[in-house]
Amino acid sequence: MAMVEIRDLRKKYDGGFEALKGVNLDIEEGEILALLGPNGAGKTTLISTICGITLPSSGQITVGGNDVIEAYRAARNLIGLVPQEINLEPFEKVINTVRFSRGLFGKPRNDALIENILKKLSLWDKRNSRVMELSGGMKRRVLIAKALSHEPRVLFLDEPTAGVDVELRRDMWDTVAELKRDGVTIILTTHYIEEAEAIADRVGVINSGEILLVEDKASLMSRMGQKELRIDLVDPVAEIPSALGEFELSLEDEGKTLLYAYDSAAERSGIGRLMAAVAGAGLQVRDVATSQNSLEDIFVGLVANQQEAAQ
Amino acid sequence: MNWQAVKSIYVFEMARFFRTLMQSFLSPVISTSLYFVVFGAAIGSRIDQVDGVSYGAFIVPGLIMLSVMTQAISNASFGIYFPKFIGTVYELLSAPVNFLEIVIGYVGAAATKAMFIGVVILATSALFVDLEIQHPVAMLAFMVLTCLSFSLLGFIIGIWAKNFEQLQLVPLLVVTPLVFLGGSFYSISMLPPIWQTITLFNPVVYLISGFRWAFFGLADVPIGLSLLAIAGFTALCLGVIWWIFKTGWRIRS
Repeated sequence: MAMVEIRDLRKKYDGGFEALKGVNLDIEEGEILALLGPNGAGKTTLISTICGITLPSSGQITVGGNDVIEAYRAARNLIGLVPQEINLEPFEKVINTVRFSRGLFGKPRNDALIENILKKLSLWDKRNSRVMELSGGMKRRVLIAKALSHEPRVLFLDEPTAGVDVELRRDMWDTVAELKRDGVTIILTTHYIEEAEAIADRVGVINSGEILLVEDKASLMSRMGQKELRIDLVDPVAEIPSALGEFELSLEDEGKTLLYAYDSAAERSGIGRLMAAVAGAGLQVRDVATSQNSLEDIFVGLVANQQEAAQ
Repeated sequence: MNWQAVKSIYVFEMARFFRTLMQSFLSPVISTSLYFVVFGAAIGSRIDQVDGVSYGAFIVPGLIMLSVMTQAISNASFGIYFPKFIGTVYELLSAPVNFLEIVIGYVGAAATKAMFIGVVILATSALFVDLEIQHPVAMLAFMVLTCLSFSLLGFIIGIWAKNFEQLQLVPLLVVTPLVFLGGSFYSISMLPPIWQTITLFNPVVYLISGFRWAFFGLADVPIGLSLLAIAGFTALCLGVIWWIFKTGWRIRS
């Protein structure tokens, strides 16, 4: 049984807008799933529906085997949520808002645990500061501390690093990695594809309320990942030599660079033969480099395909 | 029941109160003193007695009710509206709590604050006039019930309000007039007959009358009716809140 199971989930708002159009998704215990999607794709609605903030129009969600409507207490006890917006009581002290969150989930006060969480998130020195005195990045850490205060088994991070500086982003990735080591299931939505590439085990792409794809990150990248070989020449050539005619090459950089596109997952890449042919044609090579398609390219391609299909 | 959550909400809300304790304490003391200067000394000196009670003492129950009702409403409405306004309501909605626990936490805190103000006004009043409370238990019961029921009403207003103006609307346009016209500063019997009848449609009359009976044994309406009125009002508010949470009206999309 998956940690989170979503079956044919639909959400239609009162205005008639259909934010989720029959979403099916299984999230396994202990994995990190990154949900990618453009603005308005339904990422936040999906998370809000799982967490109980939004009521589904139809369909079923279970968390740890507990239906989020029928057995909401058991389900919600397992869930921690870091919302996208910085929603915090401005006049309260950091430590008190974190204690409040723990209490709200029915857990008895545990100062040692709260201290540990605040220290990990570099908030311990600020524990007696009022929330409004903190910087934006610090406030985001407070949101995470609140979400972790009741020791959740499933953590939702709704665009946790939007508008956050590089240092904090790295810190946050470290925190996520540590939680994963403790067996916490993590679902994060993000605009930043590099974020999904850096920390996710699986990647889901959502657009217009539909899940377009959920796949293991590595297999997704190798399946769809085109690679490119760049050969820099010492002396520029006016055109591609005829000896290299059997390869699909293009010429760039005023004849100084040969580009060779190939499929890294294919049995034979043809690189060995190409290099031999290049030497055979008398071309002198200055440098060689390969690059791989990023998730971003894959993502943009998927969304564009869906939009074309819709038209 | 998730009593830990109830306690957390209650403590968190009371912390807001303690942060501004001086304002919370000073404003009722000053306003009560002003009422005594204006109504008790200036006007009251021309009104000798009402049903055998000095005018200064006669207005004490009405004064307490006036503050307790408005404080209960404003505390409870602000208490739940503020999380909606700043967005922290997400936490309440995603926590393993039901509507009853949320209501007990917020309304309990608002009622406690209103009760505190009521006691402060009672104590301040005792500095100006001689007070004798004939039925202290009934007095306390009426005060607690009024704090609770008007906090429930405030909670509903806080959920209903879409902006700060609406938050002020009901207390200003409905509650204050009803309290002023509900016999806070006069006995219903002082009104012309037609107004006596009209006044009986004002629910606040029953509360103030019952509360005043607890002090002086004087009542405009039978005490049983007063009790019935406040019980009915509390039940009505609870019903509305139950419906709000069942449907998610203005809180869950």
